[in-house]
Amino acid sequence: MKQQSIALGKPRLFIRLGFITTFKDLFSGNLAKEEIQKLLRKFIVPIASILLFLGLWHMGAKALYNIEADFRINKALVERGQEAADAEAACIDSGDITCQPNSLPSPAQVWNSYKSLLRDHSIITADKKAFVVKTAALNEKRIAQGKDPIVYTGRPSFVDQILRSLKTVFAGFFLAFLVAVPLGIFMGLSPTLKSAFNWFIQIFKPVSPVVWYLLVFMIVKTVLIDSSEDSSFTISFVSVGLCSMWATLVNTAVGVSSVDKDYLNVAKVLKLGSFQKIFKVVLPSSLPLIFTGLKITLSVAWMVLIAIELLAQSPGLGLFVWEEFQNGANDSNSKIIVAMFLIGLIGFLLDRLMLMIQNAVSFNKSQAI
Amino acid sequence: MAYLELKNVCKTYGAGANETQVLSDINLEIEEGEFVAIVGFTGSGKTTLVNLINGLLSPTEGEILFKGIPVESTSHERGVIFQNYSLLPWLTVGQNVYMAVKEAFPDKSKSELNGIVNDYVEMVNLSPAINKRPNELSGGMRQRVAVARALSMKPEMIIMDEPLSALDALTRGNLQDEILNIWGKDQRTALLITNDVDEGIYMADRIIPLRPGPNATLGPEFKIDIDRPRDKTELNDNPNYKKTRNAIIEYLINIGEQRKSEVQDLVELPELEPESFVGRFK
Repeated sequence: MKQQSIALGKPRLFIRLGFITTFKDLFSGNLAKEEIQKLLRKFIVPIASILLFLGLWHMGAKALYNIEADFRINKALVERGQEAADAEAACIDSGDITCQPNSLPSPAQVWNSYKSLLRDHSIITADKKAFVVKTAALNEKRIAQGKDPIVYTGRPSFVDQILRSLKTVFAGFFLAFLVAVPLGIFMGLSPTLKSAFNWFIQIFKPVSPVVWYLLVFMIVKTVLIDSSEDSSFTISFVSVGLCSMWATLVNTAVGVSSVDKDYLNVAKVLKLGSFQKIFKVVLPSSLPLIFTGLKITLSVAWMVLIAIELLAQSPGLGLFVWEEFQNGANDSNSKIIVAMFLIGLIGFLLDRLMLMIQNAVSFNKSQAI
Repeated sequence: MAYLELKNVCKTYGAGANETQVLSDINLEIEEGEFVAIVGFTGSGKTTLVNLINGLLSPTEGEILFKGIPVESTSHERGVIFQNYSLLPWLTVGQNVYMAVKEAFPDKSKSELNGIVNDYVEMVNLSPAINKRPNELSGGMRQRVAVARALSMKPEMIIMDEPLSALDALTRGNLQDEILNIWGKDQRTALLITNDVDEGIYMADRIIPLRPGPNATLGPEFKIDIDRPRDKTELNDNPNYKKTRNAIIEYLINIGEQRKSEVQDLVELPELEPESFVGRFK
């Protein structure tokens, strides 16, 4: 609960730097026993568990590597005899890319892939810059003639794909926000509307993202039938929005319909008009719940995004993962794991971001989960 | 004709087999400028009675007349101070009061409205806290805000539903004096619901006990013949005070006893003794 003390008007640092003073005290030797325990629990234990995780991962990867290597050598022995088996073993030991067993990558391989992806990104960025410089004069001419300028159509880098994924997720989130919040407010205010929409929510809420994608595909394909533009972005963000809006819809409806009776009595005693009542009493008091819903919506949106990009062939992390899997190159598996960690990290940061906004707008800090 | 009049008012909740009659046959008359206190046990239907008078609920039977006109909904003429303050936690003290003032005087300009807000916040001695939110205030300060909010609408009658019952004794005494001061200034009609007999005697002209519910009804009234302004320390030596206090408490204890004897199902507790309780946890 301590992280949630971000008080209105005085936002604190998102990442706490309190441990620096703790470290200072540690070296100067004046650290109380409880502080040592706190340090132990907050930093030493997580670091130890991460190291343990990496160790287990490394050993597991090695075991899988050995299984596959043994299998290959054995296969060569059975099919082509002792000589071929020896050659295979020598090839594997030499680290030659052509005969490496392709299994779960080790932490070191993943780290190397991460670095190579970054290198790739800087190469592509330089490429883009060169392209812009090269085509500047030509594009000016084309614009003067009323033609479209030439744009860079090369391969997107890993960072480009992350940004594209973020764009899709925020577009979907924004769509969910625009649909779910007003609809939820109306449902919360009117029991008639609530019973009219309730079956709709109950039935569609558990539908899988894949099915939502297919439904959106059917509709968007027809709607954009004349358009020459790539509809994959539209399809993916609409699907993401539809998959993720339910939490916000339900939470908004519940928040609006369960306003504290005391506040409603105040509204009655002050004789507030219905417009005033909604905007001055009902909505402010349901803000914490609405934001809890939006937080869930954003994390669901990020989670389904990967699957939907993969299906929609929309550029982004999902497509990156899928292409690497299809690619089957020597470092593909480790690139997939890099993507996995980045997806998790970005999801975590998005969640923190929503928590910060939620804490800033809601009056009741204890309700923020 | 009385200022506020309740005629044979009954209130039931639920219907059919689940029907419970909370209040029955309530008759009450309050004159203009009078300060009346209704004293009752918790759960006797006091809040229901308040909500009937301020218009949040409507009676099942009987009628409630305010200045001769039946009460049908809430009105700015009757200001309410709720038991649990009911301040909006997302607004500051000033904004909470401003909201009420704006509704009560829609024709006034913004600066006039702000003037009224400042006056009333000043009156309850909260000017330094005008930009604070309710959760930064103590219970007594919150209730002061609620008082300021109710009074800022310049109601002709103030209805208080156990306004001080959640406060400590000292704050309670101070707020009693503040409310009496404000009431004394322009002699508005006031109705105080309380569970504290002393508070009733100190503040009111008349005390009416509410017999415990279900089927709660008003008991005989007790007039308080003590001159205002009353002094708390002198009150203890006042023979009139002692007499009235004893009479009311005796009445309340008697009806409490009656109610106890009406309880039929007595559950006998089993006689159990822990075998070696003392040694076990050492």
